[in-house]
Amino acid sequence: MSTVLIIEQVLNGLQFGVMLFLMAAGLTLIFGVMGLINLAHGSFYMIGAFVAAAVAAATGSFLLALIAALIAAAAAGAIVEMVVIRRLYATDHLDQVLATFALILVFSEGTRWIFGSFPLFLDIPGYLSGPVTLPGGIQYPLYRLTLIGAGLAVGLGLWALIERTRVGIQIRAGENDREMIAALGVDISKLYTLVFALGAALAGLSGALVGAIQSVQVGMGEPVLILAFVVIVIGGIGSIKGAFVGALLVGLTDTLGGIFLPQLFKLFMEQSAATNAGSAVASMSIYILMSIVLIWKPTGLFGARP
Amino acid sequence: MKKILATTAALAMAASAGMAEVKVGLITTLSGGGAGLGIDVRDGFMLAINQSGRTDVEVVIEDDQRKPDIAVQLSDKMIQSEKVDVLTGIIWSNLAMAVVPAAVNQDVIYLSPNAGPSALAGKGCHKNYYNVAWQNDNLHEAAGAYANSAGYKNSFILAPNYPAGKDALTGYKRFFEGELAGELYTKLGQTDYAAELAQIRASGADSVFFFLPGGMGISFLKQYADSGIDLPVVGPAFSFDQGILQAVGGAALGVVNTSQWNKDIDNPTNAAFVESFQAEYGRLPSLYASQGFDTANLLLSALETASPDDGDAFRAALSAANFNSTRGDFSFGPNNHPVQTIYAREVIKEGDVFTNKIIGVALENHSDAYAAECKM
Amino acid sequence: MIQERYLNALVLFGLIAVPLYAMATEELFTITLATRAVILALAAVGLNLALGLGGLVSFGHATFFGIGGYTMGVLAYHAQTYTALDLGLFTIEGTKSMPIIWLVAIILSSLVAVVIGMLSLRTSGVYFIMITLAFGQMFFFFTISWAAYGGEDGLSIYVRNGFPGLNTLVPIQFYGICFVILCAVLFLNARLAKSPFGLALNAARQTPMRTQTVGLDPTRLKLVAFVISGAITGLAGALFADLNRFVSPTMFSWQFSGEIMLFIILGGVGRLFGPVIGAVIFVTLEHFLGEITDFWHIYLGVILVIIVLFARGGIVGLLSGRGGGHD
Repeated sequence: MSTVLIIEQVLNGLQFGVMLFLMAAGLTLIFGVMGLINLAHGSFYMIGAFVAAAVAAATGSFLLALIAALIAAAAAGAIVEMVVIRRLYATDHLDQVLATFALILVFSEGTRWIFGSFPLFLDIPGYLSGPVTLPGGIQYPLYRLTLIGAGLAVGLGLWALIERTRVGIQIRAGENDREMIAALGVDISKLYTLVFALGAALAGLSGALVGAIQSVQVGMGEPVLILAFVVIVIGGIGSIKGAFVGALLVGLTDTLGGIFLPQLFKLFMEQSAATNAGSAVASMSIYILMSIVLIWKPTGLFGARP
Repeated sequence: MKKILATTAALAMAASAGMAEVKVGLITTLSGGGAGLGIDVRDGFMLAINQSGRTDVEVVIEDDQRKPDIAVQLSDKMIQSEKVDVLTGIIWSNLAMAVVPAAVNQDVIYLSPNAGPSALAGKGCHKNYYNVAWQNDNLHEAAGAYANSAGYKNSFILAPNYPAGKDALTGYKRFFEGELAGELYTKLGQTDYAAELAQIRASGADSVFFFLPGGMGISFLKQYADSGIDLPVVGPAFSFDQGILQAVGGAALGVVNTSQWNKDIDNPTNAAFVESFQAEYGRLPSLYASQGFDTANLLLSALETASPDDGDAFRAALSAANFNSTRGDFSFGPNNHPVQTIYAREVIKEGDVFTNKIIGVALENHSDAYAAECKM
Repeated sequence: MIQERYLNALVLFGLIAVPLYAMATEELFTITLATRAVILALAAVGLNLALGLGGLVSFGHATFFGIGGYTMGVLAYHAQTYTALDLGLFTIEGTKSMPIIWLVAIILSSLVAVVIGMLSLRTSGVYFIMITLAFGQMFFFFTISWAAYGGEDGLSIYVRNGFPGLNTLVPIQFYGICFVILCAVLFLNARLAKSPFGLALNAARQTPMRTQTVGLDPTRLKLVAFVISGAITGLAGALFADLNRFVSPTMFSWQFSGEIMLFIILGGVGRLFGPVIGAVIFVTLEHFLGEITDFWHIYLGVILVIIVLFARGGIVGLLSGRGGGHD
């Protein structure tokens, strides 16, 4: 296996990881601030992709589509927070799991009701399509590079928001002591709606970005949701840094495992049996990674609270 | 001669008087992610039933949600409560495997409008099981045959890591005479193929064969087009179907895929089908719709000569396959699976709509590899 | 408002009366639906032991359900094909006898529960939820690629397995078997909750520190609860496989883990009959909403949200007027 191929695969793993981070960041933020397990987070990813596809089809502009996806997902998030979620903060995780599980049903079938049963079309804009040549002669799709860049930029922005702004201070304070910041006169319910909408917007953005190279279809959010949960659990729930590290770990493990495990098995097995066994283990690899991390560090890599 | 005619007429009268009610159970996927296929099969099927004008055929439709256990329960319901004579409709092989063996053993006729797992074509074949679509390997075998005729010598092949995926690669390899530059099993439901594309690029292949049904295929094709790899791609019709082609868009243009049906197959039945389907539902029919339509017409043709109550006569009428298929010539092999011509199609753009055009025959009067194992 | 025990009696009565009525009117499918509800209830009763009594929110109980199912599938498959099951060191014959299958299902799911429990109990809270999910996913992906037993296609068993003295192919007789098992497990569950072990477990859930100071090991108590819980869900899996005469990887799916958890929350967490009521209601809703519209998931979702928001303590809590029973 050539170095070029390995570098290309590492880039693929990074790109996958960065996209997972956009999903996971919102999830972990919502959990960190409000203590809420939100299974419906994948629905915002789907909403982002569908709205982007619809707007791109109507206007022909990818940028407009992205903006619309952001707004739509944020709006959906805010509405859901105000109607359902805010009644769940005081309850235990079980009720949250049930209610947000029910929301998945509503969103998925609602989307199918509005957009029909067939996948939608969403394409990469012309100016971002096709491969570019990287140093070392690696041919790599420009769009995927853009995804890595966009993901990192959003991550940086999120970091700046939380560390450098007034809202960020309130968010951090909310993670630590919600009674206290309420006593200090911060409108806590407004803050919660804002955080929830922000998380939903990140998921929607990631859905729209990824939708351009994948299939925009009902149910697309669920596999990503499970992966995002794996990410935040590995990283430590509530930690943005943890989500970032976890996302890259999961992205790299999943991508590289799929390639190298079958090769590894070929060292001591017959060709087609190795392909089979290797693929089987590769599909389990991130879950194995997650259980190892949790057995080693029961609150994830950067998790503080038990 | 006159006498024979009279007898036939008497028989026909007796038959129509005796079969006031034929009950058909249609279990298919109508909700959730895979609903598009089920809806097409249902619409195609009902179109034929409605066109026949027969009021004595009652169709009970149920949604299996693509869950095997739900499908099994629905088939229990159809058989125990509704007492259907004929079952049909299932899209997915794993659901068919759950439902069909038990149903046909309870003396219900099953007509498959889509799935054709190898287990039901060979040793597991059954006199009550008819496949009106294809054996699962068929379109992949045709893809292998097409690759030979196109002069490909070194293919990179990939499919998801599940039984139908393995059948697909086996089918392709059964007919493809060249070398394999690589063989990959991807994760079921995988949406990102960057890693696989890198391997394809590095493999030195001269062609790519893939079987990735549904959303997987859409994702793969979009990413393939964007990767800058310009090897020719071959695949079975499932990823180039009318329903999903619009979602793939330009990325699919020019790709050759194999199918037993296309809307431009030149026969009156097909022309009428395409036109009436569009008039009725406002969209172009898909492969699945054509299969549903053919399934219903096969059933209707058998009902013309026999009643399901008379098992042997009804099976003989089904085996005769005396109906006008949208795909032209159609007959059953010894294992009740189709013997049919499989075409190579190319994806083109007609106005604003992406669709397929037949460019040649991949396999003529093709049966399947398991027929010999079937002892009926 | 109804007292909880009258409500329970009412549910039991319904579970006897409805299938009998269905038999009398030859509505065989109603019996099949009732059997499904009873088996799903059994799976949820198993989870409720870990969740309600032990406070262990397992999002991976489909693992045990699937193991039970595949025990039945593999054993019956070898019996049906007259092949021996090769375990490397020795081979065993397949079987079509329900009691043997149940026993093996219980043993296997207990063993797996011991391993998963020991590893998972190092974590708590959301991490516990997620690590159990991860184990379920591992089994899910493993069975999908396990070609020997059908992979994603699953395994079909042509004839339902037998039980001495009964004809299991008659729907009402198979229903009877499942119903008796459910009653037996409910009885055991009730006894267990009042036993010293149950009381200690309850204490370990509410005040782990205090339990520890009196010399009880909370982790060990929880592990035992987790194993019993897994064994019951495993047994339910074997029965479910026999109901459908079919097993497939979907038995391991995370959605299924979510569904059994949903039965419990719907019925009422930690209530003896909570999971039973939840499962019955879910199966009924699923059936009747599906008749009305293709988009029944929307209505189901809305109904569930309303129940969570306005019926704290589940249906049992709502009807018995003692909401917010769980903590």
